[in-house]
Amino acid sequence: MTAFRLPSGGRIDRGRTLRFRFDGRSYTGYPGDTLASALLANGVHLMGRSFKYHRPRGPVSAGAEEPNALVAVGAGARHTPNLRATQVELYDGLSATSQNRWPSLAFDAGAAGGLLAPLLGAGFYYKTFMAPGGAWHRLYEPAIRRAAGLGTVPGGPDPDTYTQRYAHCDVLVVGAGPAGLAAALAASANGARVFLVDEQAECGGGLLAEPEALIEGKAAAAWLAEALAALAARPGVTILPRTTAFGCFAQNFVGLAERLTDHLAAPLPGLARERLWKLRAGRVVLATGAIERPLVFAANDRPGIMLAGAARGYLARWAVKPGTRAVLAVADDSGYAAARDLARAGVAIAAIAELRPHVACETFGLPVRPATAVVGSIGRLRVAAADLRPIGGDSVGGGGVERVPCDLLLMAGGWTPSLHLFSQARGKPVFDAARAMYLPGEHRPGEAPDGLASAGACRGVFGLAACLEDGYAAGEARGGPATGRRFAVSGDLPPAGGFEGLVPGSPARKAFVDFQNDVQAADITQAVREGFRSIEHVKRYTTTGMATDQGKTSNINALAIAAGALGRPMPAVGLTTFRMPYTPVTFGSFAGHARGELFEPVRRTPMHAWAQARGAVFEDVGQWQRAHHFPAPGEAAADAVARECRAVRQRAGLFDASTLGKIEVVGPDAAAFLDRLYTNSWARLAPGRCRYGLMLNEAGFVMDDGVVGRLAADRFHVTTTSSGAAAVLHHMEDYLQTEFSDLRCWLTSVTEQWAVIAVQGPRARAIVAPLVEGVDLAAFAHMSVAECRVAGFPARLFRVSFTGELGFEINVPAGHGQAVWEAVWAQGKAHGLEPYGTEAMHVLRAEKGYIVVGQDTDGTVTPDDLGLSWAIGKAKPDFVGRRSLTRPDMLAEGRMQLVGLLTDAASAPLEEGAQITAAPPRTGMAAIGHVTSAYRSATLGRPIALALLADGRARIGQTVHIPMPGGSLAATVAGPVFHDPEGARLDG
Amino acid sequence: MADLTPADPGPRHILRGPAGGAALGGLIVPDQPCRAAEAGPRAALWLGPDEWLLLGFAAVETPFAVVDVGHRSLGFRLAGPRAAELLAGGVPLDLSPAAFPVGTCTRTIFEKAEIVLWRRAEAAWHIEVARSFAPYLCDMIAAIAAANGIGGQER
Amino acid sequence: MLLIRCPVCAMDRPELEFRHAGQAHVARPADPGAVDDAAWAAYLYLRDNPKGVVAERWRHVHGCGRFFNALRHTVSDRILATYPAGASRPEVAP
Ligand SMILES: [Zn+2]
Repeated sequence: MTAFRLPSGGRIDRGRTLRFRFDGRSYTGYPGDTLASALLANGVHLMGRSFKYHRPRGPVSAGAEEPNALVAVGAGARHTPNLRATQVELYDGLSATSQNRWPSLAFDAGAAGGLLAPLLGAGFYYKTFMAPGGAWHRLYEPAIRRAAGLGTVPGGPDPDTYTQRYAHCDVLVVGAGPAGLAAALAASANGARVFLVDEQAECGGGLLAEPEALIEGKAAAAWLAEALAALAARPGVTILPRTTAFGCFAQNFVGLAERLTDHLAAPLPGLARERLWKLRAGRVVLATGAIERPLVFAANDRPGIMLAGAARGYLARWAVKPGTRAVLAVADDSGYAAARDLARAGVAIAAIAELRPHVACETFGLPVRPATAVVGSIGRLRVAAADLRPIGGDSVGGGGVERVPCDLLLMAGGWTPSLHLFSQARGKPVFDAARAMYLPGEHRPGEAPDGLASAGACRGVFGLAACLEDGYAAGEARGGPATGRRFAVSGDLPPAGGFEGLVPGSPARKAFVDFQNDVQAADITQAVREGFRSIEHVKRYTTTGMATDQGKTSNINALAIAAGALGRPMPAVGLTTFRMPYTPVTFGSFAGHARGELFEPVRRTPMHAWAQARGAVFEDVGQWQRAHHFPAPGEAAADAVARECRAVRQRAGLFDASTLGKIEVVGPDAAAFLDRLYTNSWARLAPGRCRYGLMLNEAGFVMDDGVVGRLAADRFHVTTTSSGAAAVLHHMEDYLQTEFSDLRCWLTSVTEQWAVIAVQGPRARAIVAPLVEGVDLAAFAHMSVAECRVAGFPARLFRVSFTGELGFEINVPAGHGQAVWEAVWAQGKAHGLEPYGTEAMHVLRAEKGYIVVGQDTDGTVTPDDLGLSWAIGKAKPDFVGRRSLTRPDMLAEGRMQLVGLLTDAASAPLEEGAQITAAPPRTGMAAIGHVTSAYRSATLGRPIALALLADGRARIGQTVHIPMPGGSLAATVAGPVFHDPEGARLDG
Repeated sequence: MADLTPADPGPRHILRGPAGGAALGGLIVPDQPCRAAEAGPRAALWLGPDEWLLLGFAAVETPFAVVDVGHRSLGFRLAGPRAAELLAGGVPLDLSPAAFPVGTCTRTIFEKAEIVLWRRAEAAWHIEVARSFAPYLCDMIAAIAAANGIGGQER
Repeated sequence: MLLIRCPVCAMDRPELEFRHAGQAHVARPADPGAVDDAAWAAYLYLRDNPKGVVAERWRHVHGCGRFFNALRHTVSDRILATYPAGASRPEVAP
């Protein structure tokens, strides 16, 4: 038995002892403990150092709102920083360390920083930035980073698995305290799908720490067990403990972070550590409770100073005495419940300093001093005494202060309803002036947006009976009769009262408002003195409420102090916005399975395995993986590309073009539709023939291009660029559905139906011919298409060229792609056929001046800019983009036009994207264009480039300059076709 | 618990046009959104008001637009008591029997892949996925199953 | 993630299945050649940007594939109505 563990009671399993380590020392605890409760049971209150001043700190709370007791758990890649010790569940072998201390928690060198405290006051970040140039970078930042880190990053990639799940329910109840349990009972009564989630390991909320109260004649714990059993027996009910509703989005879309394995000593391998639920609820009942407020007085941050409700929780839930001699600073009736429970557990109550002049509730004969404030404390690593002063007594620093020894100082400052999720869901908090609290603006069930209701303490309803009844009413189906269900409760001490702001008679220095960010009352009044008026500005200037706890315990006190300094009512100063997540959520949860190989779909073509076996080097093209080049063993990439290009120009090359987008356009109006979507004319294209198609957007700019084959009068096989496939289909569907809906034709994507095997080069016909059945290749002219058989499989054979050589593109059903590819390969061996990759394809097309949309165009380029006016059907009255081609800007001089650039034959290729200047570049000189494509051409034995150049065609023959990393290069402007301008090679 | 197996539905065609309610190969092309009609080995899945996925038709006699997509996608059968739970790892739709009854089919997404999802029985699903997305889909389903302790059939 | 009612599928479906497609009720002129430069530029580029209800196009791209229109309030981000492409804009209380 550890020193501060009560001999009996608590919701722990005393049958098993757990060993754990904290800062290297060994301790023991029980299943059911949190790290905080187990350390307190061992008499350890000092659990961390504060962020800015490195002041010693212990737990203030017993839950998610904890600002002080932040620890790191685990080692190496599983090291997780900034966990709240109040929420870390104990398991055998757990190893945790404190943060923000060096060399040790008890002796921290950085605490000397406390001596610099005046320098680190409100706005120090901003003021420091204004220091003489470079000082921030050289001096302040390194020093501050060393001193003021919040935890350390893990030592490697996260080894754990995280999963995600969509879910749908009729009613989501957030919080399994009395209001939430009652809401879930009511909501599930008629078989509805109900989710009940709670961030703690055990459902029950406040019921877990109610040793005295009876609900319907049963002890609170017994009623809780029965309620949970009843819920679990209903098939529509899902109960998720260890699950935080961290974000509430539009239309009741709620993010839930479920922790699955962190509480286990040895999780089953492979199972997810956390599950992120993406839940859509018909209705949401928020039963998120309220958070107790600390009282703001000088030195209110020592270990051993905690919230009264937390002390009550440690006693009841974990059978831990948080001290032996307590002083309570009370402004709310709930403090007396804590005092009573402590006294019954054998903790001496030295004094109760009651801020209010009178106490209306039962005080159990304890030593209450009305109209008395705690205005300070002493102690080094643990509180040793509290300074009590009668309200209205002498001025600060004067007499009238009584020092009362204690090792536990409890604060009962009243309760702040948890509006976080309500506010995230765009609910508007309203200020209740009489009770000095913000409440949900639309808080009656059914009135809030999207059927989002608040119930219980989160809407200011306190007391067990009231919370149960409020929750039950909120859970009942809307539209049905309200049952007005009552709950008989006795022995409850409901909260009433409360205080916000700086305690009267206390100095503002060292009176901490925001523990985690070390913000004092004095910082807030200073911010107001310096001219800040809005709480949003005060927050950013002082950093109050900006820590990982988002000011759960501090916001209202900060607001009250700011309002007091401004002499304005609290609502006039405003309330800071609550943002998700309610408590930190791991990156792993958000990523889910989308890591590594599963980050993004990797699309591979039907012939991928062949290329892989051949040693191809792949490149990512969007989601596709394409063979970039096929190096021979030991061959450099540039040499491989040059070899592949020579093979195509001299013999033949084999290329996987399967990623080309393909759309089958079918119907009696198919040609009329294409007439409107492409610049070209289609009506007179004979079945069996192909045409290069150019697609514009309505603004007249080139959007896509590709070869279109007419298979029959009413059937076209349209190809698009690989990257444009989805966009082109979307664009076509848009016009077909909304503008040209009179046309009878339909679109079907066949990109993945067909594997495309390109055979290009002077020997292409000789290679393909023996495999083809049903087409006379001798009579199969350039730009023809036929349905036939290739290597025994049904095929669509195109005679097209993207290299300038004689070429075929064999389309076969994707499942036969590899078989046909291998048949062509076998056939081609005798002809010197070689596979080539995307890089050679790019070089070959650039030698011919064939554009790649998206590389040589950028969304501001017209057909004429590219020299493609020939592709415009002049007789057509209209097509998408036509009207725009005659807008003044499209006809103006100075447009960027596609040209070729020739640099010195021995120079390196230009950089794609490089700017072009008219004279050798100087600072301030305007660019007149840019390089769009640049390669070393093996065919021509020199570098070539394509460029968009202002008035480019008029500059042919002129010299331009291109700034490159090693100095500028001169280039001669040329036409964009470098090789075989007559097109003689297309016929082999 | 949940088993993913390749399902070869035979030929596949896309039927487009005002064909809702038409008789075709022994079944009526469904006119109602998100419904599938089955007759023996053949099925017609509503994908849009003028678009159906035809499974198992050797040939399609119709005045409307028909395109052979037999190799465009791959089919999978996912069956078992935890199949819907597994699907919820990637499909954002409500897959409860009330919201997605047997006979429902729709295009939707599974994480970053588009799929066609068809509920053939309370605990048996047919999934069509574009050929190049199939490895991603299968790997993702396997990862979700492992992380959630949803094993294959006990052998 | 919004839940959007597809008027074709007649179901509420998750936003992930949809693609936004710009302002609704911007009809392509029947004879673009008869439209002067200023009016054509306005057709191409000028769009409303109200604080309030907008009519916009969406496509159920990972569902039935259809384009339709929606009325959405730009302050609350609520979709107040959805209706088929070509139908006239319904009256809604903002
Ligand atoms: Zn739809």
